[in-house]
Amino acid sequence: MKKSRLVVVGNGMAGVRTLEELLILAPEHYEITVFGAEPHPNYNRILLSPVLAGEQAFEDIILNPLDWYEEHGIRLHLGKTVTRIDRVRREVVAADGTVEPYDRLLLATGSTPFILPVPGKELSGVISYRDIYDTEAMIEAAKVKRHAVVIGGGLLGLEAANGLKLRGMEVTVVHLGDWLLERQLDQTAGKLLQQSLEERGLNFLLGYQTAEIVGNELGDACAIRFKNGESIPADLVVMAVGIRPNTALAESAGLYCNRGIVVSDALQTYDPRIYAVGECVSHRGVAYGLVAPLFEQAKVCANHLAHFGIGQYKGSVLSTKLKVTGIDLFSAGDFMGGDGTEEIVLSDPAGGVYKKLVIKDEKLVGACLYGDTADGAWYFKLLREGRKVNDLRDHLMFGESAIGDVGVQGQSRAAAMQDSDEVCGCNGVCKGTIVKAIKEKGLFTVDDVKKHTKAASSCGSCTGLVEQVLMNTLGSSFQESPKTKAVCGCTDRSHADARKAIREHKLLSHAAVYDFLEWRTPNGCATCRPAINYYLLSTWPHEAVDDPQSRFVNERVHANIQKDGTFSVIPQMKGGVTNASELRRIADVADKYQVPMVKVTGGQRIDLLGVKKEDLVDVWRDLGMNSGHAYGKSIRTVKTCVGSEFCRFGTQNSTQMGIDLETMLANMWSPHKVKLAVSGCPRNCAEAGIKDVGVIAVDSGWELYVGGNGGIKTEVAQFFAKVKTAEEVKEYSGAFLQLYREEAYYLDRTVHYIGRVGLDYVKAKVVEDAANRKALYERLLYSLEGLPDPWAARIAGAQKHEYIPLKVIA
Amino acid sequence: MNMPVPQPWVRICTVEDIPRLGSRVVERSSGNIAVFRSATDTVFALLDHCPHKGGPLSQGIVHGESVTCPLHSWHIDLGTGEARAPDVGCARRFPVKVENGDVFLSLD
Repeated sequence: MKKSRLVVVGNGMAGVRTLEELLILAPEHYEITVFGAEPHPNYNRILLSPVLAGEQAFEDIILNPLDWYEEHGIRLHLGKTVTRIDRVRREVVAADGTVEPYDRLLLATGSTPFILPVPGKELSGVISYRDIYDTEAMIEAAKVKRHAVVIGGGLLGLEAANGLKLRGMEVTVVHLGDWLLERQLDQTAGKLLQQSLEERGLNFLLGYQTAEIVGNELGDACAIRFKNGESIPADLVVMAVGIRPNTALAESAGLYCNRGIVVSDALQTYDPRIYAVGECVSHRGVAYGLVAPLFEQAKVCANHLAHFGIGQYKGSVLSTKLKVTGIDLFSAGDFMGGDGTEEIVLSDPAGGVYKKLVIKDEKLVGACLYGDTADGAWYFKLLREGRKVNDLRDHLMFGESAIGDVGVQGQSRAAAMQDSDEVCGCNGVCKGTIVKAIKEKGLFTVDDVKKHTKAASSCGSCTGLVEQVLMNTLGSSFQESPKTKAVCGCTDRSHADARKAIREHKLLSHAAVYDFLEWRTPNGCATCRPAINYYLLSTWPHEAVDDPQSRFVNERVHANIQKDGTFSVIPQMKGGVTNASELRRIADVADKYQVPMVKVTGGQRIDLLGVKKEDLVDVWRDLGMNSGHAYGKSIRTVKTCVGSEFCRFGTQNSTQMGIDLETMLANMWSPHKVKLAVSGCPRNCAEAGIKDVGVIAVDSGWELYVGGNGGIKTEVAQFFAKVKTAEEVKEYSGAFLQLYREEAYYLDRTVHYIGRVGLDYVKAKVVEDAANRKALYERLLYSLEGLPDPWAARIAGAQKHEYIPLKVIA
Repeated sequence: MNMPVPQPWVRICTVEDIPRLGSRVVERSSGNIAVFRSATDTVFALLDHCPHKGGPLSQGIVHGESVTCPLHSWHIDLGTGEARAPDVGCARRFPVKVENGDVFLSLD
């Protein structure tokens, strides 16, 4: 079959990123041709400022070297400007006469700098700041000229001014507004920025409007005159007053444009064969000039070009960072505030710190930070998630570390870290390694960093920190992980989509799910299969059939794999209560199978470590005890104290309560592990405050707490309800766990689930709605009904092939 | 005339003995061999030793024509034994063939 032809006009970040995404999805679909007006391969335009400032060389910022195009069989026309699109014959024509036919056309023509229509704009020495050519012109000018004037106090203008100053010029920034970066900062922050740039030797003329650029007899610029009559010397004038989407080509082809090439949510223009991405487009009336939205567009556009047709671009929330070394500022969302908004402000002008958070309807809608931007990524995340922040409000201003949300010790502050400081404790990855990978390999997302450096790829507790490192390294090209994440690389569908489809269309098998949701892989991967398996089982108990091949090894063989390939065996010991006979059998097993270590666990049980796989079934048989499920995304254990039976402080029989709960929940699979504890009095010896469900006995009944977690990130359980009887404890905690089982995403602990839906929602469903509580409780009991103990099943011969080798060869 | 002796094919099991999207182990003193079966009944054989930290590949989840190591989630291509980029490493391959539903392995 002949391949379709895809022609890309524009060899910049948006166009090439779309190709990269497309090549992942459908590497063989198209014969690709790229036109680039510049004579260079695709480079990182964001990093022109460090090049101007002398911190990086041009070679450092090339994203796709010529080899890349060759490797992917892409025909590249460098230095050729496309001048005409013939939509009837479906071909593009370049200035030099090159003609390329297309089946699909992608326009990524970017933008052009806006040049003020003032007299003298055509003089030599007047330039814009857009590409490497402009950057090199400025570097050359700085060697021979003295007085630079930058018109425009926006991001680009300030970065240009800073670079020229570092290259030894006298620099004045002329700005029409009342303060710098008025689209990114409020007035207070803008003034602080100005002050700090003045300390670096930059001059500012605010509220000045350029009337004319004055030239000498040779046609070189030599001064600027303003509307108020003043004038200053200027032998280099940089225009940085804004950009205009480059729509000339599209307009000449009759495509509908309105301050940009107008595109749909699929990034399609009014001609269905023609797509457009990047700074040249107008989407829902907005043209974006920052890189993160371009990447989101690229992803969606590639999806449609690959004929998957399921992506939708719905616009982007923007955040900004200024890439001037040593100045930290960050802004996102509606940072100015207005009607119906509240502001929380921290202002320390002497210390050079200013922070403003704007809140509307209990949600964070904007942030403007100056001097200390360590929490920018976190605020941006809250903002994009649209999460209610009333529970964090007291601590919000003091950042993520104040609520203990970044790690065990609340370590944060990626910016202050040394290169040799460790970011990822699991895989021993230092900040320097991550920064190097980001720069050298052109990484833009947390997922990229995970793949290349392994940071944040194990327990994930440093994800926030990695995000901060990314943000600090990339500045405004930082791309936040999307809010609704796809389950894995096999699909663009989210966990919510998968759960919904399984429930509403009664999908009962893996094949049905992959088929219905158009998975890109024939049978998923190691990430999505266990999740889908869980969703099937939890949504359709007794109907969907468990697929052992979609379970992680631990759940398949019902023991915990260790680093040497042996397994650990933890028998059930309800409520942590055992007896002499069980202990004797455990001791005998340890002797008979030469178990290298016997250890008491944190969950009040006994662990036999180092059991060989082929011995597992015999070990279970000899133990004669049930599985403790210490290996699964399942109920683990109910920890108890001795309670009123023995303890002089005990108010209720907490031990029996724990045993009853563990009996009720036996063999329960869940999105992640589930741990419970029951304490006999508020002294809480069973540590119920860090369990998924914690029960604390008081004289008048039982208090229930939910969402605690003693793991990666310690989370204190939140008060849920107070009940009187033991039967109510079972009903309330059972109903809560069933809600979690039905609604949480795979690998979310209860704390993450509650964080997503809100404790109020969970209370409304379980505590306040008695009928719904009873229904949930019954569904839990129904789904657990008749489940066999997995060890007993295997002793009886189930899944026998798992435990014996096929053949032994000498 | 002496011809080089081809490695003998050893019959291991039937295709049905290996679970679809699963694997079985052939024990061997010089290192176990993992025998995998894909959803389309293609059979592969690799040394049961992940090039990363020696994890037992036979215990991983099989998907498409690759397996994910159970220890640190390296992703190994069953056909070539190569780890998926950006990881670098290779698990040794063994010739394997299926005839009339029987699986044969060639060892050296």
